[in-house]
Amino acid sequence: MGSFIATRLVRLVATLLAVSFLTFLLVNLLPGDAINALIPIEAQQDQEYVAQVRAEWGLDDPMLVRYGKWLGDAVRGDLGDSIVTSRAVSSEIAHRIPVTGELMIVTVIFSVLLAVPLGVMSAYREGSRLDQFISGGAQFALSVPGFVAGLLFIYVFAMKLGWFPATGWTRISNSISGNLMTVTLPALSLSVIEVAVYTRVVRSDLVTTLKEDYILSARSKGLKDGFILFRHALRPSSLTLITVVGLNIGLLLGGTVVVEFLFALPGLGKRLLDAIFQRDFMMVQGITVFVAMVYVVVNTLVDLVYLVVDPRIRKAD
Amino acid sequence: MVDQAANSPLLKVDDLRTTFTIPAGDVKAVRGVSFSLDRGRTLGIVGESGSGKTVLARSVMRLNLGTNVTTTGTAVFEGTDVLTRSPAEMRQLWGTEMAMVFQDPMTSLNPLVRVQRQVTEHLCRHLNLNRSEARQAAVDLLREVRIPDPETRLRSFPHELSGGMRQRVCIAVALACAPSLLFADEPTTALDVTVQHQILNLLSREQADREMAMVLVTHDLGVVAGRTDDTMVMYAGTVVEHAPTASLFADMRHPYSEALMRSIPRTSLPSHTRLAAITGRPPDLIDPPTGCDFSPRCPYVQDQCVNEEPPLVETDDPTHRLACWTPVGSPEARVAFEKNLAAGLQQAVAVDLSAAPSSTGGVDG
Ligand SMILES: Nc1ncnc2c1ncn2[C@@H]1O[C@H](COP(=O)(O)OP(=O)(O)O)[C@@H](O)[C@H]1O
Ligand code: SF4
Ligand SMILES: [Mg+2]
Repeated sequence: MGSFIATRLVRLVATLLAVSFLTFLLVNLLPGDAINALIPIEAQQDQEYVAQVRAEWGLDDPMLVRYGKWLGDAVRGDLGDSIVTSRAVSSEIAHRIPVTGELMIVTVIFSVLLAVPLGVMSAYREGSRLDQFISGGAQFALSVPGFVAGLLFIYVFAMKLGWFPATGWTRISNSISGNLMTVTLPALSLSVIEVAVYTRVVRSDLVTTLKEDYILSARSKGLKDGFILFRHALRPSSLTLITVVGLNIGLLLGGTVVVEFLFALPGLGKRLLDAIFQRDFMMVQGITVFVAMVYVVVNTLVDLVYLVVDPRIRKAD
Repeated sequence: MVDQAANSPLLKVDDLRTTFTIPAGDVKAVRGVSFSLDRGRTLGIVGESGSGKTVLARSVMRLNLGTNVTTTGTAVFEGTDVLTRSPAEMRQLWGTEMAMVFQDPMTSLNPLVRVQRQVTEHLCRHLNLNRSEARQAAVDLLREVRIPDPETRLRSFPHELSGGMRQRVCIAVALACAPSLLFADEPTTALDVTVQHQILNLLSREQADREMAMVLVTHDLGVVAGRTDDTMVMYAGTVVEHAPTASLFADMRHPYSEALMRSIPRTSLPSHTRLAAITGRPPDLIDPPTGCDFSPRCPYVQDQCVNEEPPLVETDDPTHRLACWTPVGSPEARVAFEKNLAAGLQQAVAVDLSAAPSSTGGVDG
């Protein structure tokens, strides 16, 4: 158990270093000069002022030196200031994370709640019409990008039916029901692909599990099919689902960028997009590293969940 | 119903046939098996791997799953044909009336579920036990199958137990609701030699104590010797010889039974010496041979065997059924064997090199 956590910690640190360095490199390669974000074009006539600002922000230092400085601050929890708003990157993140976090959590909940029954039905009736219908639907849903689903949902549920607002965000602290109204459509848009992926995972795992001897032996005890499915078969099959949910967090984070943009949600993804357009390299750098950290931490937690769910691993460790 | 229960057999199987439809064709795994079993009696079913023992047992229990399986014939259990029962009616029988111990205790227990729940979950459903009653029932059951320290073992997961202990748990699971018929499908095949005897003795003791009927399935004739009332030898989905176990061993008539006898591992010989594996392979069940199914491998084969299928009929002893044109020990069999040996027929030569064909003595070990 101790060595388990130690390994994961080493992996976490290594991943963060690699991600932050690569981001630094990429931001550096972006066309356009950060000075444009710092000083209005008109003010750039003043060569002396420009040089002073460049020195102040360390724009002329070699990249490695700048990375070193950034890293030194970052390990102390200081991700620097936005070069556009001058506000601390960390407080911008803290301000926006509830939106993105809630969006992702609600998406995962929606997806699992939809995918598990679909996958179970599909596996239980393997080869039937129902199975073919569900599997075909999942195959199709996989090819629907989040923004297409989003546009469709906005058109149907917001514009035609008027059930949900098309854009905007109500904070949970202001109104719980209002918050739910604003999170539903974006989360559903993100769920389309997730449901498809999870349904396929649950189905294929369960199909294998249902062929196990212990399922036959449960049947020979006179247990009901539903009981066998949910109490005996689903748990072994849920291990892969948990892993895939964890791995999919990365995909989901990518999805939030587009969906937050589409629904004009004040989340991290929207902020990242803005920062990229504004050449706000500190912001881009900070958000990216933060997201990478969330990703690695979530996957470490997934491994820990494994330990809880499967007693065999608990013992082997 | 009462008279019926008293007079008629517990289980009467008639012309049972089970076929699996696969892309290559119809696998005729069980091809017309008939037998009956009285209350409290024991039947051994013996045959090589692939002879249809498992499919037969699962057909009677209606546990062959999948959409590609067809079973015909009748299997009358306690007065009604199980083959015509609905899944819901089968669920009433499973566990409470008929139960099964599977071959591999590694895979037949759910690895993620503690022993206690696996032993009592069906008991609770059938008897509506509360928590502490269920726990007590589980402790009693584990004690009955001689698992030391049952209170601790209840909390274990299957992987924390040895193979023998796991099979004891499986037996406890099967016995929990006091079935009147127990199928034990190769209950010791996956176990160490040292624990095989203990498990077989446990099954025999429980069977006798509970006056429960038991079908013991095995590929090893040595396992049924002295343990079952009757023995049925299966080959390629059919019964080739069926007799009270004692008379089978005293007077073995079918060449296939004799071959199985020769292949019993003998504990008196250096470890794992198999005196003679049976030459050749079991036939293709999609397209079985004409005539006797054993004819391609039989040391006594003659022309009639290849052309005509021998029916399963009573011999001079009405409890001894046999499907063979020239039974072992008959003068015709000896003549056929000498002729095959002279012709250099592989299966005859193999038998002659290892042991004289008629020297089927007692079983040791
Ligand atoms: N689900 C199935 N689909 C196709 N063939 C099967 C299936 N189950 C068993 N069989 C075939 O039926 C035959 C008998 O198998 P089985 O009853 O398991 O033999 P045994 O238990 O005597 O070793 C084998 O040839 C096996 O390949
Ligand atoms: S003697 Fe003939 S009938 Fe008898 S088992 Fe051999 S081949 Fe079959
Ligand atoms: Mg078998």
